[in-house]
Amino acid sequence: MSKKLIKGNVALAEAAVRAGCQAYFGYPITPQTELLEHMAIRMPELGRTFLQAESEVAAINMVYGAASSGVRAMTSSSGPGISLMQEGLSYIVGSEVPVVIIDVMRGGPGLGNIQPAQSDYNQLTKTAGHGDYNPIVLAPSTIQEGVDMVTLSFDLADKYRTLVFVAIDGAIGQMMEPAEMPPMQELHPRPEWAITGQGERNEKNIITSIYLGADNLGDFNDKLQAKLRAIEESEVRYEAETVDDAELIVVAFGTSGRVAKSAVHHLRKAGKKVGLLRPITLWPFPSKKLAALADGGTKKFLVVEMNMGQMLHDVRYAVGRDIDVQFFGRAGGSIPMPEEIQEKAMAMLEVN
Amino acid sequence: MPVNVHVDENLIYKRPSSLEDVHTHYCPGCTHGTAHRIVAEVLDELGLQKESIIVAPVGCAVFAYTYFALDGVEAAHGRAPAMATGIKRANPDKIVFTYQGDGDLASIGIAEAIHAAVRGENITIIFINNAIYGMTGGQMSPTTLPGQSTTSSLDGRDSAITGQPMHIAELMASLPGTAYSVRRSLHDAKHTIRAKKAIRKAFQTQIRGEGLSIVELLSSCPTNWKMTPHQSLEWIKEEMLPTYPIGDFKT
Repeated sequence: MSKKLIKGNVALAEAAVRAGCQAYFGYPITPQTELLEHMAIRMPELGRTFLQAESEVAAINMVYGAASSGVRAMTSSSGPGISLMQEGLSYIVGSEVPVVIIDVMRGGPGLGNIQPAQSDYNQLTKTAGHGDYNPIVLAPSTIQEGVDMVTLSFDLADKYRTLVFVAIDGAIGQMMEPAEMPPMQELHPRPEWAITGQGERNEKNIITSIYLGADNLGDFNDKLQAKLRAIEESEVRYEAETVDDAELIVVAFGTSGRVAKSAVHHLRKAGKKVGLLRPITLWPFPSKKLAALADGGTKKFLVVEMNMGQMLHDVRYAVGRDIDVQFFGRAGGSIPMPEEIQEKAMAMLEVN
Repeated sequence: MPVNVHVDENLIYKRPSSLEDVHTHYCPGCTHGTAHRIVAEVLDELGLQKESIIVAPVGCAVFAYTYFALDGVEAAHGRAPAMATGIKRANPDKIVFTYQGDGDLASIGIAEAIHAAVRGENITIIFINNAIYGMTGGQMSPTTLPGQSTTSSLDGRDSAITGQPMHIAELMASLPGTAYSVRRSLHDAKHTIRAKKAIRKAFQTQIRGEGLSIVELLSSCPTNWKMTPHQSLEWIKEEMLPTYPIGDFKT
């Protein structure tokens, strides 16, 4: 295997193809459209399903149908489209169907713009539909990591029978980088719960999210929460660099995590005790790691995001009220510069 | 000597095997039971029970997958044709049908229904038109008749404000991907037999892979129409049929 220069959206689409995605349904929206276009070529070539839906509302329900049939199914979109999908997301989690969605984030609210942003953090991790649940949210910061996360996303979706987002921003979607593609996986056999027509089975299969009785729905929610706690226990992923002796830790994900890494490297070279904590799973969030770092002596945390401070609240909650947590970020489509992060970190370090 | 009806060879009428032996939650006199029965009979007669997948709607038929002895899913409100699209694409050799009411299909789900037809999606839609929202307690729907009183149009549907009844079978017939679109009624035995024949043709259309098939069934809702079961069957005949004529709009 060798590395190949490839565009982010195309790389993530191809990674999904190689992970055995058998059905893709989507709707054009910038900045994710190349992803849909790659699927439009590759899926029919392999005898798999590509269908452009009439809306994101239809697309997510087509995904829901195909995933209920036990094939690896996905869609991709950006903030305004994800908003339209929310009803379907809730049904998918409520009926325990594995689904993967790639969100190439843009600026909001409303129509916002098509510049890179991390405006969907709250939407993906906390408000992705009505009811009590969190989807798994993977946030790669490079194209290679994006490829690896797409491969992982299908495995996690199948393992936990739940919804998994891979969240990148327009910058990662649109840029080109060298990346190595995984080998093509065999198509997975249909699981025993899948809707395929009863055939030789003794019992019919049902996929539903309705439990009319208070007891029934209570029991289902208990079961769902137990699954989510198991995911929190086993699936937290992050990158930590030079955190052990750090006076200040920069917390950032995705593109801002990547920029923050440059800033931290620069500050370390200048002799500053600065570290980086880059959450790779936005949900489950690396709260325990952050708490341990705060307990271990780091008293200053700088959260950097391409929004007005969404992950910020999770960091504050994790480290507690005695810790100095500050924020640097802006909305609208500008990517923070390493120098800006360094300047903010230096200002925090100067205060005793 | 009395005939022992509990012996199979003496049975001349029995539950179709495509229907579960369970109580339904439908109101007395509602024609959902009739519609379920004739769909199940057709599936039995065509030998499709083990090959079929039902997509249930949101509405009174939300538990249809419980009553049919078939693999089934419960769709979000109005999204059954989109969900059926995903299921059919994943199971192209299986029979996939939705069972939807007028709130589900004609109102919130009209885009999904139309675009399934635009694509010529090879699925069947059983469309129950009772001119009212049943499950939520009797509100106006797009197929409510002018002047018909509902809980959201107490003085009768005012067409100057809320428009005219929507003709789904005719609308779906106008789309090139629709292969079969007809309207039938369940208000008496003769019409129910005609309805069953249409349902059979709809599934046969799907078996032949010709595109979308839809059967609109004029149905009763005694509870929300505030009528006796008998009065509501008369109401279909006297009030609904003039607005919604029985017909073959595409075959």
